[in-house]
Amino acid sequence: MAFSLRLFSVVKYESVIHEFDPYFNFRVTIYLTKEGFYNLWNWFDDITWYPLGRVVGGTVYPGLIWTAGVMFKVLHALNVPINVQEVCVFTAPLFSAFCSLAAYLLVKEIRGRGAGLTAAAFMAMVPSYISRSVAGSFDNEGVAIFALVFVFFLYVKALNTGSLAWSSAAALAYLYMVASWGGYSFIINLLPIHCLASIFTGRLTAKLYIAYAPLIVLGTLEAASIPVVGFNAVLMSEHFGAFFAFGILHAALAIRYIKDILPVKAYNAAKTLVLTSGVVLMSGILLLVLFYVMSSPTFGWTGRSLSLLDPTYASKYIPIIASVSEHQPPAWPSYFTDLQAASILMPAGLIALFWPLTPASLFLILYACTAVYFSGVMVRLMLVLAPAACCLAGVALHEALAALFKGVHAEQREQESRPPKEDAKAKKPSSKPAKASFWSNLPGFSETGRPIPRDAALTRGGDGSIHIFDDFREGYAWLRYNTPEDAVVASWWDYGYQTTAMANRTVLVDNNTWNNTHIATVGRAMASPEKQAWEIYRALDVTHVLVIFGGFIGYPSDDINKFLWMVRIGGGVFPDIKEKDFLGEGGYRVDNKAGKALLDCLMYKLSYYRYAEASLMTTGQMGFDRVRNVQIGKMDVTLEYFEEVFTSEHWMVRIYKVLDRPARDIKLPNPRSTRGKPRKSSLS
Amino acid sequence: MQRSINDFKSNAAVILKSFNAEYTKTPLRIKVIDAFMVYALLTAAVQFLYMLCVGTFPFNSFLSGFFCSVGFFVLSVSLRMQVDPSSDEFKGLLPERAYADFVLCGCLLFLVVWNFMG
Repeated sequence: MAFSLRLFSVVKYESVIHEFDPYFNFRVTIYLTKEGFYNLWNWFDDITWYPLGRVVGGTVYPGLIWTAGVMFKVLHALNVPINVQEVCVFTAPLFSAFCSLAAYLLVKEIRGRGAGLTAAAFMAMVPSYISRSVAGSFDNEGVAIFALVFVFFLYVKALNTGSLAWSSAAALAYLYMVASWGGYSFIINLLPIHCLASIFTGRLTAKLYIAYAPLIVLGTLEAASIPVVGFNAVLMSEHFGAFFAFGILHAALAIRYIKDILPVKAYNAAKTLVLTSGVVLMSGILLLVLFYVMSSPTFGWTGRSLSLLDPTYASKYIPIIASVSEHQPPAWPSYFTDLQAASILMPAGLIALFWPLTPASLFLILYACTAVYFSGVMVRLMLVLAPAACCLAGVALHEALAALFKGVHAEQREQESRPPKEDAKAKKPSSKPAKASFWSNLPGFSETGRPIPRDAALTRGGDGSIHIFDDFREGYAWLRYNTPEDAVVASWWDYGYQTTAMANRTVLVDNNTWNNTHIATVGRAMASPEKQAWEIYRALDVTHVLVIFGGFIGYPSDDINKFLWMVRIGGGVFPDIKEKDFLGEGGYRVDNKAGKALLDCLMYKLSYYRYAEASLMTTGQMGFDRVRNVQIGKMDVTLEYFEEVFTSEHWMVRIYKVLDRPARDIKLPNPRSTRGKPRKSSLS
Repeated sequence: MQRSINDFKSNAAVILKSFNAEYTKTPLRIKVIDAFMVYALLTAAVQFLYMLCVGTFPFNSFLSGFFCSVGFFVLSVSLRMQVDPSSDEFKGLLPERAYADFVLCGCLLFLVVWNFMG
């Protein structure tokens, strides 16, 4: 069911890949199937991040790509001629089905089969996970959530059985998790928390040690072998918690062992001795670690995880992280729309788990609590919460149903033993409606869950599948067939992956935001007056500029709405761009009270070029913007350095050619000779 | 001062003596594992000292060596806890089964280390 539920988007919008990141993954997968696994590590991609290029092999989480590549190879070995795109489209739904199975196993291990079954049912249709794993959403999260739940399952299994085999299996699953998603640091922090909690609540067992310690040692080494993580696995503060708990665990075990083996008197003597020397030793080690952590400017944390611990951090220092809508804190209602019934049943499940409290259920409780916190910081991490919520809801539902059926069965037995039979007949059907209502509820959930992927495509979606407006693909197809092979396309970074994958053209920046300065340069160009922007673009060999404009049909996430972020990111590196210049009266607006710099900047001009006349035809008003619902501030937009070459059917994609030189300005330096070269070297 | 040191010495002597007395009761098989653990720990310590003296340069080699020793120590501790007759946590577990798990985990560890050594 989980699989079929996610195929709706294929039925609706044919088998295409959605959104931004999947296009990059798709491109890498194509490369993998053509060139093989080993060449992927050394792939240097020269058509993105012009003129720098990108070392794809060392900067990508390869789990998803391996998965799709292996599936492709296996299917071909079985003589099933299938396209790479089909494999990519169906990877996420397939893995969401696996994820349901993993959830079943996890909860079964904690609470028994009934609860596992209900949890898997919830898992199959929780909307926030559906939105990430619909067919066509070929993204890391699709397989990573499965890996996450599976690691947890194996860990809990090892915890319950105390078997080294399960623990090594958990380490292998952890390897897969590290390979697929940066969210692995959630695991490496959650496990120590669980370990410490177990120690301090007196649940220290040999099984805990067998589940935890080998996983940490093996897992760290495995993480370090994935190039994108590398030595960060031992050098970054995110991982210190694991080592800390590792040390504490050993100390606690040693204490227990000595306590067991020594007579009481000797033990007391040993305690005083160890306490005095141990305190000195520990403080020394702590000082060393603190010194190491303090010596780096960000205290050894990576920006992304720092923004998790301190929600205000990103908006203060890293506009590029804050600019992504997925990284904003979620609104309250989104908990209910994203988790639905699970959000209501979750607290009940949490309480049910406390009783009886086993190490395994303690683990699930901790998982849920931390996940709730993280999802409160970032919308994207709602995805981590979803499995926890499902498991808890499954437990709660199972408990409720078990209590219900127990009552019904008890009543039946009571009545059967009693003489009057009519009563029993009257009561008997009562169990049936209960069952029936439960089963009829299931399609109900999926019914309501279904529109969610469509919604997601509506609001965040990338490629024209929205309203069946195919403007994006139209625009990229135009780029592919009408521009020279070596054309360099400048656009905001959101569209970088799509341009490289669909149009096969070189781009300046893309969704892998590894070089803030480069992005800031593009933002600066977009925010500068036409002539300066032209100079910047010429220096970077740009031949075409692509902007997304939604004013014509009311597509809200267009470049004008993203423009303030371009200003902020650009201003973060180049101080001559000031945000307040672009703000009009009472904030950001595009009508005639807009900031002066905004009306002059390139982005404004490229978006509204020739728009005033066009909108007269559709809206009956000169230059009326359907997204902002205002009349634009400057009607007669003229372009001197750029030439419009393509505008799609609904005006969503507009492509401009950067002219070789503007007939008049001879004072401009020749960008091809000297200016471009030092820039390249200084950036690389 | 002198007194506290004397105290310390006598305490340590008492502890060592009672520890010795208790330890001689553990079966031989466990003692072998213990020796192995000590050996693994010593290897790790030597590597760490070497790193401190010489520098971290081939960092992945150091990491793989160090983690190999620590990992083996951890695995041995796990094995020891599983086959320890004095604890009743693993009643139904055959020592052979525990040893098979241990070998499996060890193979995995060496595979990972080998891969990372570079």
